[in-house]
Amino acid sequence: MVNKPTRRTDDLIGKDLWNIQLDDQGQLKHFLTIEGLGTNILNQILDTAESFAGVNESVKKVPLLRGKTIVNLFFESSTRTRTTFELAAKRLSADVLNMNISLSATSKGETLLDTLRNLEAMQVDMFVVRHADSGAAHFIANHVAPHIRVLNAGDGRHAHPTQAMLDMFTIRRNKGADFGKLRVAIVGDILHSRVARSQIHALNTLNTGEVRVVGPKTLIPKDIESMGVSVFHNIEDGIKDADVVIMLRLQKERMQGALLPSEQEYYELYGLTEERFNLAKPDAIVMHPGPINRGVEIESSVADGDRSVILNQVTYGIAVRMAVMSMTLGGNIKDGNSSSQNQEKK
Amino acid sequence: MPNILIKNARVIDPKNQLDKQTDLYIINKKIAGIGTEPKNFKAEQTIDADKCWIIPGIVDLSARLREPGLEQKANIETETHAAASAGITTLCIPPDTDPVIDEPAVVELILRKAKLAKKSHVYTLGALTAGLKGERLSEMAGLKEAGCVGVSNARNAISNPLILRRAFEYASTHNITVFIEAQDKYLSENGCAHEGAIASRLGLNAIPYAAETAPIAQILELIRDTDIRVHFGRLSCARSIELINDAKSNGLKVTADVSAHQLHLTDMDISSFNSQYHVLPPLRSQRDMEALRHGVAEGTINSICSDHQPHEFDAKIAPFPATEPGISSIETLLPLTLKLVENGALPLNTAIASITCSPAEILGLDVGHLAVGQVANLCIIDPEKEWTFSTNTMLSHGKNTPFSGWHFKGKVIQTLLEGRTIFTEKD
Repeated sequence: MVNKPTRRTDDLIGKDLWNIQLDDQGQLKHFLTIEGLGTNILNQILDTAESFAGVNESVKKVPLLRGKTIVNLFFESSTRTRTTFELAAKRLSADVLNMNISLSATSKGETLLDTLRNLEAMQVDMFVVRHADSGAAHFIANHVAPHIRVLNAGDGRHAHPTQAMLDMFTIRRNKGADFGKLRVAIVGDILHSRVARSQIHALNTLNTGEVRVVGPKTLIPKDIESMGVSVFHNIEDGIKDADVVIMLRLQKERMQGALLPSEQEYYELYGLTEERFNLAKPDAIVMHPGPINRGVEIESSVADGDRSVILNQVTYGIAVRMAVMSMTLGGNIKDGNSSSQNQEKK
Repeated sequence: MPNILIKNARVIDPKNQLDKQTDLYIINKKIAGIGTEPKNFKAEQTIDADKCWIIPGIVDLSARLREPGLEQKANIETETHAAASAGITTLCIPPDTDPVIDEPAVVELILRKAKLAKKSHVYTLGALTAGLKGERLSEMAGLKEAGCVGVSNARNAISNPLILRRAFEYASTHNITVFIEAQDKYLSENGCAHEGAIASRLGLNAIPYAAETAPIAQILELIRDTDIRVHFGRLSCARSIELINDAKSNGLKVTADVSAHQLHLTDMDISSFNSQYHVLPPLRSQRDMEALRHGVAEGTINSICSDHQPHEFDAKIAPFPATEPGISSIETLLPLTLKLVENGALPLNTAIASITCSPAEILGLDVGHLAVGQVANLCIIDPEKEWTFSTNTMLSHGKNTPFSGWHFKGKVIQTLLEGRTIFTEKD
């Protein structure tokens, strides 16, 4: 294993950045970013998700959050992510309200606050927020009424913590709980990816052996090594002997100007073909947060192959989101755990 | 105007190399004696300044007062009052008001309002190009005639080098200093944070060093072998100081300033998405901050300014990238400068010079020093007074500051403009 650069997280974090996520008992209050959360919290999320995975397969619904109201507050369009949050909330018996608010109507901060105040008046318990600005989830968590919980469903390029946790869940299910022996390569547009940032934090918090990022210099943010990754500009070197290869979506709509010459050249240099994937370990898995651009970042035969766990990720996404929702909304979570485990045993 | 005697003060005047315990006499708005009593002097007002300092009235190279056009943020009256409380008696407004200062009428409007407020000597920079659009030269000679002390395109970069070159030549023809806030339009587009580990981690659009250093290097090449006077304001990068230093040693007539907050804050401060730290140019690394301090100490950076940018409350209430950049900083210019002395980063003399005679020279004004015959603009400071800065007691209309709660030593207790007391500290 390559020596990892020293992690500088501790001295980099402003206190209010991560303290705001935890209550005075150290329990999860909001879920805004992986950064600053301990291994114990991440494992608790994964364990709780494990118990809910059974619910999804057999019982479908538990009454944990009956009477709670969850608002999906999406300032950026998304169908897939919103749907999984909605399903997760419904399987916990919560009432769900979907709000799609176009960005143009809320380009002013006061309108965003006004929107929050209006919804708060409807006695909601949780906001699931997606917003195009980095830091938006923190902003909202800092401004909502104290009893309301905030769950980050993606803010700008900053964080997408539930996606990262479902990826960890997928890795744990396929590779076991010892992340220390794993080499994980994240390939593609790291610069614009909130998913990558959250994955890097999660993988390092779970003590992953080596985390690599792979991409052209235009798509690798400066000093990313300080987050505890090694950087590769050549995909063959980058995925060699990897246990897990995570392909990122090439977000065409985010491309401003001269980051890449063409999709074709990108595929030629960084697309995950069968041939390239064979450089990873024989039992390596390939992941993708979706939706896939076939022939741009990944070859169809790899995406649909038997080492692809892309569809599992979607399934696990619901269990992980149920876990985070039940943990942050607290209540009778312990009873919930045992009852759902019982249900799983049936 | 009464004759005034200020007794037993430590009079500090870097320009005239004066630093001694003495008395200062004011007759008819002017300094009539320092240490030596003028003939037939009869004090009608005596200020006992025992254990206090007298320094020249502070000169602020860049303060946005928001009038005309952005009065929801602040206005000339509120901001000059805040300036007076901070010992500032002369300040200079960049041309990016609304309407832009590209016509004598706008200059006249501002000067008239400032005269009515009676709190500060206000000067303006005229626009370098019409509407700050970077396309057509402004009527610089007319703006100078109306009272502008220089021309500038503020933060609006001129991307066409030919227009830039001609603007320099035309300004020089009329003996006008060009003030530059170097920021490349494309390299800084949508950016709100220094390009480095923190912006990468927070996923904020980053502004590289080159956004500042590339335009500085370009301008220094454009004015090579000329005697055009150019002032570079609000530097943020260590590399910029090297460029300015080289230019100075090559004989170019360039000067530079830095905003006080850049000497105290770094990009670490934005780690929690606190929008009060959202400024342009962005807060950079510790290494840059140290280099900026060093640049002031050794004189490459001539002056420290407030870069005052008051905002209404709502301007900072949004996710970090969506907030407006800038700090309401007119009241922290002196405290932050004195803190550098307290920290051992600057000698007292250099610190005082950087906010008095040096900016005055850059603006071409005969203020910022205390010679006999000078207009009595001065500031009395209690150097031992410890206090805490707070948004609750701020006078500026804009309460946007990251310095609320900071402890300072040394406070303005009285400010005189033309021999008239415009501020007295109430205990």
